[in-house]
Amino acid sequence: MSNYPSDLRYTKDHEWARIDGKRVVIGITEFAVHQLGDITMVELPKEGESFRREQVLGTIESVKAVSDIYAPLSGKVVKTNDPLRDSPETLNEDCYDEGWMVELELSSLDEIKQLMTSEEYAKYVKDHS
Amino acid sequence: MRYIPHTDADVAQMLRIIGASSVEELFSHIPAQLRLKKPLDIEALDEVSLMTHLGQLGARSTPATGATVREGAALSFLGAGLIPHHVPVAVDMMLQRAEWYTSYTPYQPEVAQGTLQAVFEYQTLVSELFGPPVTPGQAAPYVSNASMYDGASATAEAVLMARRITGRSAVVACGAIHPQYLGTLHCYLDGIDSEGRGAIKTVGFGADGRVDLTALATLLAELGSTVACVLVQSPNYLGVLQDVSAVRALAQKAGALTVVACPEPLAFGLVKSPGSQGADIVAGEGIGLASGPSLGGPGVGLFAARSEHVRQIPGRLVGETVDQDGRRGYVLTLATREQHIRREKATSNICTNQGLIALAFAIHLCMLGKSGFRRLAELNLAKSEYLKQRLLGVRGFRLAVSGPTFNEIAVTVRGRAADVALRLREQGIFAGVPLDQPGFELPSLPDAERTLLIATTERHRREDIDHLVTALDEVCP
Amino acid sequence: MTGTSKGLITTRQLLHHEAPIFEQGAPGRSGASLPKLDVPEVSAAALLGDLYRDAAPGLPEVSEVDVTRHFTRLSRWNYAIDIGMYPLGSCTMKYNPKVNERVARMPGFAGLHPAQSEESLQGALELMYRLERALCEISGFARVTLQPAAGAHGELCGLMMIRAYHQSQGRFPRKVLIPDSAHGTNPASVTLNQMECVPVKTSADGILSAETVRAAVAQYPGDIAGLMVTNPSTLGLFEENIAEIAEVVHQAGGLVYMDGANFNALLGKVRPGETGIDVMHINLHKTFTTPHGGGGPGSGPVGVVEKLIPFLPTPTVELADGKYHLLYNRPQSVGRLRSFFGNFGMHVRAYTYIREMGGEGLTQATEMAVLNAVYLRALLHEEYPPASEKPSMHEYVTSDKKIKKETTVQTLDIAKRLMDYGYHPPTVYFPLVLPGALMIEPTETESKETLDEFAAALLSIAKEAHSDPDLVKHAPHQTALRRLDETKAARQPRLRWLPPT
Repeated sequence: MSNYPSDLRYTKDHEWARIDGKRVVIGITEFAVHQLGDITMVELPKEGESFRREQVLGTIESVKAVSDIYAPLSGKVVKTNDPLRDSPETLNEDCYDEGWMVELELSSLDEIKQLMTSEEYAKYVKDHS
Repeated sequence: MRYIPHTDADVAQMLRIIGASSVEELFSHIPAQLRLKKPLDIEALDEVSLMTHLGQLGARSTPATGATVREGAALSFLGAGLIPHHVPVAVDMMLQRAEWYTSYTPYQPEVAQGTLQAVFEYQTLVSELFGPPVTPGQAAPYVSNASMYDGASATAEAVLMARRITGRSAVVACGAIHPQYLGTLHCYLDGIDSEGRGAIKTVGFGADGRVDLTALATLLAELGSTVACVLVQSPNYLGVLQDVSAVRALAQKAGALTVVACPEPLAFGLVKSPGSQGADIVAGEGIGLASGPSLGGPGVGLFAARSEHVRQIPGRLVGETVDQDGRRGYVLTLATREQHIRREKATSNICTNQGLIALAFAIHLCMLGKSGFRRLAELNLAKSEYLKQRLLGVRGFRLAVSGPTFNEIAVTVRGRAADVALRLREQGIFAGVPLDQPGFELPSLPDAERTLLIATTERHRREDIDHLVTALDEVCP
Repeated sequence: MTGTSKGLITTRQLLHHEAPIFEQGAPGRSGASLPKLDVPEVSAAALLGDLYRDAAPGLPEVSEVDVTRHFTRLSRWNYAIDIGMYPLGSCTMKYNPKVNERVARMPGFAGLHPAQSEESLQGALELMYRLERALCEISGFARVTLQPAAGAHGELCGLMMIRAYHQSQGRFPRKVLIPDSAHGTNPASVTLNQMECVPVKTSADGILSAETVRAAVAQYPGDIAGLMVTNPSTLGLFEENIAEIAEVVHQAGGLVYMDGANFNALLGKVRPGETGIDVMHINLHKTFTTPHGGGGPGSGPVGVVEKLIPFLPTPTVELADGKYHLLYNRPQSVGRLRSFFGNFGMHVRAYTYIREMGGEGLTQATEMAVLNAVYLRALLHEEYPPASEKPSMHEYVTSDKKIKKETTVQTLDIAKRLMDYGYHPPTVYFPLVLPGALMIEPTETESKETLDEFAAALLSIAKEAHSDPDLVKHAPHQTALRRLDETKAARQPRLRWLPPT
C-alpha cells in the first residue's frame, strides 16, 4: 500500500533525499503526507541559506497540524520548489516528483550512510505506527 | 439551589449505577491532607436579598454615564482612552439573545454559523476602518482578526508581531501615547528584555502635540538597523491627530514597521485610515462604540494588519468557505498560528477573543452605516471645536498643544486641574481627566498638573458644554 | 446563499440563509438616529487638511430593522447553553444565570468610567475588594488580582510574577516544566515570556509522578523557574502527587503555577493555595458562570501566596479607614497587563453568582459536577472506555479507540453525528496525548434525564458506527449547513467580505 521509491534515502522524521553526486533533492514521504492530511501551506528556506543535518529548514501546515521539515543532510540551498508556496496541494498529489521541496549542495558526503534505505524506512514506519 | 437540578432520588439512583455509596466517596481518592477541613465561609443570598445587596453596592458609586447624559446625576466629559458614545438601545437588546451570549467559541462550524458570520462581518468592518480602501477585483489589502482583549494589550501584541516580522527587537514609542498603553507595553516587554533592559525608546512631542520628527529621525539613525517598529498613537493621548505618513516615512527608511494605536476609531469616519497612511499594523479599542464603559472592561481590542503579514497575526481568524453541498459558510481558519496547535511556537498565547463586545461593535457600526458613521464623526468634531473656541475665551485658559484634534482636547487651566475637577465634581460634573491623576499621568507634558483632558461627543448638548465652561471659569482661582 | 431572492424556498423551520450584511440594503439607507447639530458646523476638510478622508469607510447601508433581522437570523444558527447541553470538556459550559446579566447592567456598574475619582467609585471598588476576598476564601491564596482579561492572560501574568520573584532574589532561571497533557496556552505563555518549556510526560495512568518531575528538574540544575500544572488534569484526573511535586519544584528553586481551568472540580473540597501551589489563574467564565459570549470576554483573576504579593499587577484595591482606594505605588509590581481594571463587567457577574451560591452552594456545584461526569462514565464506559482507570472528576475523557478499531468511524464523525441528535459535541482531539480524544464535561447544571438522553445518543451512534458507518461519516445531516471545507478556507484565505468585481 505504501510507496517508498527504492532510489531514495529516508530519515526518521519522514523526509526523503534523492542524492545525485554533491546535490540532493529533499521532500517528505507519502507516510508524512498521510499523517498531515490536506496540506495548506509550505514554508521553504531562501536560496543560499545553509543548514546542518537535522536543522529545521521549513514547515508544512495542514488545517490542524504543523510539522517541521528537517534537513536530512548538511548543505546549502541551491534551489527551492517555489510553485509549492501557491499550490501546496501538489504535496498531497505527488510528494516524490512535483512535490519536491528543496535542493541542497552537500557540504559532506559522509552523512549519507546515516540515512535509511526504502526497505529500512518501510520497516521503521511499520514498527512505529 | 435553583441552578442544580438534582433531587435526592436522582443522586441515589446515579450513585447506585456508579456503584458508590455516597457523593463523598467520589472525592475519596484525593489525599486527606489536601482536603479542606471546614466549609467555605460565604453566605448565600436569595434573589431578593441578592438584588438588594448588589443594588446597594451599585448605589455607592456615581456613574459618569447613564442611558442619557444626565441620568445618574453626572455630566461627564471623561475620555482618556475610553470615550463613551451613545450606543443604540437595539444593540444591547441583541446581545441579550441567549444564542449570542451563551454560546462558546465556534469550534464546531456547523452549529456556530451565526457567530462565525458575525465575526467575518466584524473583520470586514475593522479592515474598512483601519485599512486602505479596497479595489474591486483586487486582493484585500488589510485583514483584521476576531479581536483581542483591549486596545492596550492589542498594541503590545502588535509590537510583538512587528518584532517577529522584522527579527529585530528595539521599539520606538513616539509622542503622546496613552500611559496605560505604554505601561502595558512595558509590562509585556520589560520582563523578557530584562537582560538587555530598555528595548523601548521614547521620542517626545512638539508644541503641536505631534511626534517630534527631528528627534525621531536622530534616534532612528542612532539605533541603526535594530528597530522593529515605530509606535505612534492617533488620535493621541492629547487628542491630537498624528500625521502617520510622516512617521512612517522615517520608519521605513530605518527598515522598521509602523504600528498605530487608535483608542478612538470613530475618528476614521473623517480621518484617513492608518492603513492609507502607510501603517503596517493597527491596534485600537472599540468599547466606546460597543457597550457601556463598565469601569473600562470588557472592551474590545481591534487589530488589523497588512494582508502580507497574515500568518504573523495573533488571535483567531474567521474565513469564508463552502460546505460539502457548495453553500457559503464560515470557519475558524489559519489556526496553525495559534496556541492550541502550535503551542510554544504560536504567534500569541491568546485563546479567547472579546466575542460579545466585538459583536456589539459590529452591530452598532452596521446601524450607523456609511452615512451615519461619517455624520457621527462630524458631530463629534463640531462639538469639540465648539468647546475649544469657548475655552479659548476664558481668561488664563489655553490649549496644552496646538495640533488638529478630533473629539478630545487638553486644556491648561488656572490652578491645579485635580482641584478644579474636584470642585466640579461637587456640582455633579466630571469635568475631565487631570493629567497628573494616578494611572492617567502624562509627566512629559509641561504643566500636566494644570491640564485637563476633556472629551465631547454627540451625547453633549450645546448647553452642557456651555455649562461646563462657565463652571470651570467659576471655580478656577 | 440567496436568502432574499424572491420565489425561492430557502428556509427550513423558518431558518433563513442570510447573506452578508454588505450584500443587503440600498445606497442612502441608514439605521442611525443622531442628534441635530446644535453648535456651528465646521469644515472637517479645512480642519484636518492632508489627513481628511474623502470617502467614508465602506460600511453597510441598512435600516435598524435590517440590522435587527440580520443579527437575529444569524443568532438562530448558533447552538447555545440556553438551547441544550453543551458538554465541552475543559470549557465548563454551565448555565449562565440571568440575574447576573441584570446586575451587570445596573447603572452603578455599567455606567462607571475608569477615570472617575475614587470617591465616586466606592461601590465598584468594594465589589472588587469583596470578590477578591471571596476568591481568596475559595482558593486559599493570600491575594488575587482581577486584572487579567482571560485565562491565558492570567497565565502570562502569573509567569511574569514568577520571573519578577526570581529576579528579586537575583536569579534568572528560564526553564518551565509543562506536562504533555497541558492546554496549548501554557507553552505559548511560557514562550511569550521568553522562558523555555520542558515537556514532562504523564505516567501511564494519566497523572504526573513526583519521580518524573524530579528527573526533569535534575536535568537543569539552578535553571528551573517553575512548573505549570492543571489540576484536575485535562484528563479529568486529580493530581494526587501534587504536594510532593510542589516540594520537588520548590527545592529546585522553582515556583508552581496552577492552570485553574478545572477549578470547578475543587470548590469547597481542595484549596489549591494549600496544596503547594504558588500562583493560579481562575477562569470566571468557566467556574463562576460569566457567559462565554461566543468566544469572550473572559476574565482570568490570578491568586498568589504571600511572598508573591509585591509582584501583583498595579493598581490593587485596598481598604483603609472604611474607604476603598487604588494603590499604584507598588515598586516591585510587574506593572499592568492591560488598560483600566480588568473585565469589570465579568467581576460583577462572578460576584453575583458567588453570593447567590454561598459556600455551601459552590461546594454542591462541585459535588454534582463530579457526580454527573462519573455517572456518564458509568453509562458509557463499555463503548467509550475511559482514558485512565483512575477515578475521574468533573469530566470524562474517552476516545474513539474501541470504535475505530471495530469500524471506520472516528472521533470527528462521532462529534458531527451528535449534532443530529441535538447536542453540541464534546471537546475533540484534546488533550493531544490521547489520540482521538473525546472530552466530556456535563457540569452540575444538567439533570439526570438530560445525561441519560445524551448517553443514549452516544450509545446509539456507537451502534450506527457498526450498522451504517456512512451515516455517521457523513454527518451532520440535520444542520442547516453540512461539513465545511476547512482546507479551502486555509489554502485561499478570504478573511473579509469583498465587493464584487
